[in-house]
Amino acid sequence: MPPTGWDALDRCPDPRMTQVPLPDPEQLAVRILRRERAAVASGLNLLDNKLAAARQRSARLLAALSGERALNDGHLIGVTGPPGAGKSSLVAALIREWRLAGRTVGVLAVDPSSRPELGGGALLGDRIRIKNASYDEGLFIRSLANRNQLGGVASEVWPMSWLLLACFDIVLIETVGVGQTEIDIAEIGDTVCYVAQPASGDTIQYLKSGIIEIPDVFAVNKSDLGAPAHKTASEIGRSAPRQDRRDGWDYPVCLVSATMNSGIKALHGHFARHRSFLADAGLLDKLRTRHQSAWVVRVLKEEFGTFGIELVGGYAEIGRRLKETPGNQFEECQRMRQQIISRFKSSD
Amino acid sequence: MDVLQTKRDRPWLMRTYSGHSSAKASNTLYRTNLAKGQTGLSVAFDLPTQTGYDADSPLARGEVGKVGVPISHIEDMDQLFDQIPLDQMNTAMTINATAPWLLSLYIGLAQRRGIDPKKLSGTTQNDIIKEYLSRGTYIYPPGPSMRLIADTINYTIKHVPKWNPTNICSYHLQEAGATPVQELAYALCAAMAVLDRVQASGEIRPDEFSQVVERISFFVNAGIRFVEECCKLRAFGEMWDELTLTRYKVEDPKLRRFRYGVQVNSLGLTEPQPENNVQRIVLEMLAVALSKGARARAIQLPAWNEAMGLPRPWDQQWALRMQQVLAFETDLLEYEDIFDGSPVIAAKVRQLVEGARKEIANVEAQGGIIAAIESGYVKRELVASHMKRLRAIESGELKIIGVNCFQESAESPLTLGSDGGIMKTDPAAEREQIERLQAHRKNRNDADVQAALQGLGDAARSGENIMPSSIRCALAGVSTGEWGDSLRAVFGEFRPPTGIDIAIDSRAVLGKKDQVTELRARVASTGEALGRPLKLLVGKPGLDGHSNGAEQVAVKARDVGFEVVYDGIRLTPQQIAQAAEEEGVHMVGLSILSGSHMELVESVLDELRVRDLASVPVIAGGIIPQEDATKLAALGVSAVYTPKDFSFNTIMADMVDVIRAANGLGRLGPLP
Repeated sequence: MPPTGWDALDRCPDPRMTQVPLPDPEQLAVRILRRERAAVASGLNLLDNKLAAARQRSARLLAALSGERALNDGHLIGVTGPPGAGKSSLVAALIREWRLAGRTVGVLAVDPSSRPELGGGALLGDRIRIKNASYDEGLFIRSLANRNQLGGVASEVWPMSWLLLACFDIVLIETVGVGQTEIDIAEIGDTVCYVAQPASGDTIQYLKSGIIEIPDVFAVNKSDLGAPAHKTASEIGRSAPRQDRRDGWDYPVCLVSATMNSGIKALHGHFARHRSFLADAGLLDKLRTRHQSAWVVRVLKEEFGTFGIELVGGYAEIGRRLKETPGNQFEECQRMRQQIISRFKSSD
Repeated sequence: MDVLQTKRDRPWLMRTYSGHSSAKASNTLYRTNLAKGQTGLSVAFDLPTQTGYDADSPLARGEVGKVGVPISHIEDMDQLFDQIPLDQMNTAMTINATAPWLLSLYIGLAQRRGIDPKKLSGTTQNDIIKEYLSRGTYIYPPGPSMRLIADTINYTIKHVPKWNPTNICSYHLQEAGATPVQELAYALCAAMAVLDRVQASGEIRPDEFSQVVERISFFVNAGIRFVEECCKLRAFGEMWDELTLTRYKVEDPKLRRFRYGVQVNSLGLTEPQPENNVQRIVLEMLAVALSKGARARAIQLPAWNEAMGLPRPWDQQWALRMQQVLAFETDLLEYEDIFDGSPVIAAKVRQLVEGARKEIANVEAQGGIIAAIESGYVKRELVASHMKRLRAIESGELKIIGVNCFQESAESPLTLGSDGGIMKTDPAAEREQIERLQAHRKNRNDADVQAALQGLGDAARSGENIMPSSIRCALAGVSTGEWGDSLRAVFGEFRPPTGIDIAIDSRAVLGKKDQVTELRARVASTGEALGRPLKLLVGKPGLDGHSNGAEQVAVKARDVGFEVVYDGIRLTPQQIAQAAEEEGVHMVGLSILSGSHMELVESVLDELRVRDLASVPVIAGGIIPQEDATKLAALGVSAVYTPKDFSFNTIMADMVDVIRAANGLGRLGPLP
């Protein structure tokens, strides 16, 4: 009998399955921490791999990469905004400035997938828009499709950011803002930046939708347009600081122009200031731990549904277990997966 | 009949688009062609010259002398026109981003030979708009590029009055998939953008502006639907006449004439049964010759074997003889316009004019053609039209003899020769050109060169006309790369919208529906077996900017479920390998049409090996002769696709199998 149902999850469903060897996670982690590009690429491939053997190794890789650095160093920045706001050009300008300042940058550029009934493929065009003309050792770009996952950001993004954080000073995640996406990106970035396009209905829509509560920094692009840019900036400025937001943070609205390369340094300044604010207030590690927990709950729920969540004792129990294993939550997540799978099997 | 007493019209200028290997080899070819009765020259430049790089630049590797002649400095120009009297020749140059530079070299050479530039006649293509949309040899962003065009116009009107400074091209729009209506609309929009820019420069007095309008000429395509194409040219004439009168107030009808040269369609030339291209070319020529009122001023015909590789001198001669037979043997030139008064033709022209007017209004509403290009609108429209055409070919709705019907053929004696029926460029050409350039750099006066480049940079920054300082550069011995780099430093470089972001329309996916369903299942199950969705990198190494093929493969692969990283044009092998590594792709797809596939593909394979990615399969597409395809396979390329592989579904099925084989999975074979 071929394996079926949950049983199949931990075995190869196809006996003619690929024999491509998977890397040793602990060795890979050492090489990633040495900032070897080939190791970074191979690590990202592993994290993306859904084969059972790869999942085990992914958890080990992330465990080996976790620790002090992931909790305290680096800066995870999410950049989102409506299509056409010029995010990619802005991201390119931001990167140029960081590289001039000697900081290394890892980028995850997320583009939408087509609907499953239309093949589920994706055209990933951000790389061509972001990259600089010349070869650069300090910049690493991985394009990702969102694969129609709930919320618009693929669940692979969080572990991948974690990996990049182990070897780059700045990790930047670029997503197309389509409503829900902003909520997702808020559960990944230390700092979330919304890129607004002057004089566009999108921004007005956005202001009304309540998602404005998410970003920490606002960048109004195409400031070279003049008056419309100022108008949009002041509209956002009026709505951004709300009483339910964090005390002590000013939610800056920054006028930038990616094409004229203006306002980029100021935007960098806001990012750095926000990170210091989080660190000084003791919020940074709390925030990252919360994001980590949110991811664990999300992947378990995506794979096993509410019923699966119940099998390991419900949300509260998951939260408790993750809290007890700070810095090692990927392994804890893998343990919970195994637990759910064995309960499923025993209930057959 | 009495042939001798009949008054005949003067025939059009007959040219052949040519140039290869070196200035010396091309000069020999030109003089041979002129001796055979060609009446003008059409210079093809190589890609480093077209994109402003020196022959020894890393990006130029493998490209020197491939698709045209390399011109690095004034001595090359001198050699190219050796024993050719510049004041008696009509020279067309297919040159765009570096047009002011090549024109400066030509003017500089004339001055050196003691010829008054006022006697020079010819054309610089100098149309940047279609470079952004199709041909890909742009350098600078639209703003500065349009200024360079305006500079050449303002300069030539005063100093080289017989020169056509710009040739608005609809040719490449059709190659990129444009329908006749789109061709009309976008070409006329481009002409308006140029004229508006010149007007805004304020360098031309209003009463002299009609001379500028008169100097604007067009470069048009003619496809196989030759009745419609003939009507398209009549529509062009009508619309240009109206536009120049209403928008630019040109009162003299003679100055409002639509003047155009033509190269007939290459898109429709086929690799299978290539001899059929001869009748295609002849029919297409009829479209631009039959109607006297809309007849071409200059015609250049492709050779029958263009889809296979570079034509040989004999192939070019055959193309020239086609023109000569039509002009000198037939009675065509004895008649007035044979379509005047035909209600059928008039109705078709009306329909095209109305369609084009609508599309022009649409572009104008978006702020003009430059804005519509920057937003990606025009590119998206063209890619969509092209995909529609490919779909029709694949479904058999659009018949192409010898390709999707009547495929059976006896063996062709034309391709049996030891050369495979095509010409090979001299493999030593690149090395020799580099040596020549480096020797030239040693021989010139460095102080003069520095002063001339300083003047060029100053003019670029100040907005002063770029031509005088460029001519000084030419005379001082500045190189093409130095000229290009000086302006890059001031203007920056353009990043194009790709047009690949067109959404999937479920009703209009390319190919047969059941095959697409099967392909999607294969892509999905192979991805599952490998643990993650299949990811493909598509890019173009080298300087060739014809991105249509690469874009279609990218869109089609997306449609069947691949995650496709489209990395665009003008990439070094190192950049491609780096992207393959960073993106973690299952396969690398390279598209190369410039003939430099051997050098470039080998370099990409080397770069992949350096990164320990030798296991990632590489496929290549383009105009690649069978002999080279075999060599590429020996180097480790998994598959080579050429114009004879017209079925995208077949290519996709093969790509999935290449990935499966590279990962130890069984092949799934051809589609049912």
